[in-house]
Amino acid sequence: MKNFGGKVLFLDRSDINTDEIIPAKYLTEISKEALKPHLLEDLKLEGFDPCSQQVKEARVIVTRANFGCGSSREHAPWVFEVNDINVVIASGFARIFRQNMYNCGMLALELSEGDISSLFEHKDGEASISIDYTNRRLTISSAKGSRTLDFRISEFDRALVEAGGWVEFADARY
Amino acid sequence: MKKMKMTLAEKIFKAHLRDEPFPGTKVLDIDVVMCHEITTPIAINDLVARGKDRVFNPDKIKVVIDHVTPAKDTKTALQGKILRDWARRQNIRDFFDIGRNGVCHAIFPEKGFIRPGYTVIMGDSHTCTHGAFGAFAAGVGTTDLEVGILKGVCAFGEPRTIRVNINGTVPEGVYAKDIILRIIKELTVKGATDCVIEFHGDVVKKMSMESRMTLCNMAIEAGGTSGVCMPDKVTVNYLWPFISTEYADKKAALVDFKKWWSDKGCSYVRVLDIDVTGLEPQVTYGYKPDEVKNVSEMAGTPVDQVYIGSCTNGRLEDLKIAAAYLKGRTIAASVRGVVSPATPKVFSDADRIGLIKIFMDAGFCVTNPTCGACLGMSNGVIAPGEVCASTTNRNFNGRMGKGGMVHLMSPAVAAVTALEGKISDPRKFSKGGAA
Repeated sequence: MKNFGGKVLFLDRSDINTDEIIPAKYLTEISKEALKPHLLEDLKLEGFDPCSQQVKEARVIVTRANFGCGSSREHAPWVFEVNDINVVIASGFARIFRQNMYNCGMLALELSEGDISSLFEHKDGEASISIDYTNRRLTISSAKGSRTLDFRISEFDRALVEAGGWVEFADARY
Repeated sequence: MKKMKMTLAEKIFKAHLRDEPFPGTKVLDIDVVMCHEITTPIAINDLVARGKDRVFNPDKIKVVIDHVTPAKDTKTALQGKILRDWARRQNIRDFFDIGRNGVCHAIFPEKGFIRPGYTVIMGDSHTCTHGAFGAFAAGVGTTDLEVGILKGVCAFGEPRTIRVNINGTVPEGVYAKDIILRIIKELTVKGATDCVIEFHGDVVKKMSMESRMTLCNMAIEAGGTSGVCMPDKVTVNYLWPFISTEYADKKAALVDFKKWWSDKGCSYVRVLDIDVTGLEPQVTYGYKPDEVKNVSEMAGTPVDQVYIGSCTNGRLEDLKIAAAYLKGRTIAASVRGVVSPATPKVFSDADRIGLIKIFMDAGFCVTNPTCGACLGMSNGVIAPGEVCASTTNRNFNGRMGKGGMVHLMSPAVAAVTALEGKISDPRKFSKGGAA
């Protein structure tokens, strides 16, 4: 299993699409590692700097609704993976992005809008999130204090995370 | 015992169910796995690295180089080479290389690869296009594609379906593109997430397969897994050259196709009724495909480039629509016009009936079939601050070039916008201009 948890990057917008996460011009790369410098390069978000220290140190993304919409490119989870970001927490995901995350053994955790808002309360306090995968709990800690929330993960997604991804799961079974 | 009422997607899932490893997780047998050079090479390399360089069935794998073609640099040449070498090594006969290649979601239907009731996957989000034939066709990532290539299976959740009824009289100057943009505005970019969208109604019944593909193509822009139309006489006629040996006559084919139709009384998560009478041509204004306005509200917006093409609107019908407005006229001096017929057949048919000459006489650059400009990869990338009026499917930030703006529209709006150099209303133009 991958490492889950660490410093949080808050992306306070809904409908962030995969073109913003990794622009199509980099899809000519045939290694995942080559994507690394281009994380969130075209993100349209007031005050966001893709070259900032915050982005470099991020291990968890917290964002709003319909994250990862648009193109099916798995380069979106990969650009997170090669930047050591293995967890995205949102109030909703586009289907293909969400599936791609679990297919790579990464976590796409869906929380209620209320829970997401409570995470955003820590936005200005250098927040970190730890993931207690076994007990399905996450804890956010920042200058504003800490808070623990439950999350759900389906049996299939759990199997993918524990197998290390869909290729491993499918190869053993079919 | 009462028979369970099922949607088209539920019927396809039932007929293709290989495994249900957990409640609600449906692992389906896949009829067609489609591959292009952008999302497949990494899957191929991974299979090689795992010592599993094989395919589940070479006849069920269809391959094309379409996104950047001919190659523009070493990287894209290498992507093509990996795909080409693999197709040869795995004896994949349906491989469409440079000269025979076209936009995947235009060329594969044209070759007769899609049938009602099929399951189709591809590492491309616009795979939903093929639902126009009454198939379940879904875009997937590279890992799903890789497993599809190796094992011929793919996992999906229980199919939930949204029904959209499209009725009324289609006004002059209004086309399938305007209708789907309006539907996306209603559903929003996440309104159909995890759902199949069924398109019904008198307007759909009268639509050509090309128009139905335009509708289904943009289901993903509302978050939909697949767009679908019920396979009918129009479907039979389109597919007849490919299925004539399989059925006694067209009537028999129709009867067979109808078994996939959603049952009366089946369960929908939402029903949306759209009356197109009085619908204006539609144009997007923002960075999301649900940010849609009437053309009258957008008219006068200056543009730098007009692009006609893509898996949404690069078929012969689309070129005919645009050419009808362009004939005998020239585009504004301030505008660059680029048209990419979606397949070699579209190109040669357009040439045969004089459309290519109309485009060239009007001042358009006619490119070879490719996806290129739609996602800012080649053949018509725009500069920062520039505006492109486009018949494609996505107006995302930076989509056709970093710092550029994209307005999505029909081929009709695109054509008259090229003539004026600013977004214009096709209803104010006669077709077939001055001779």
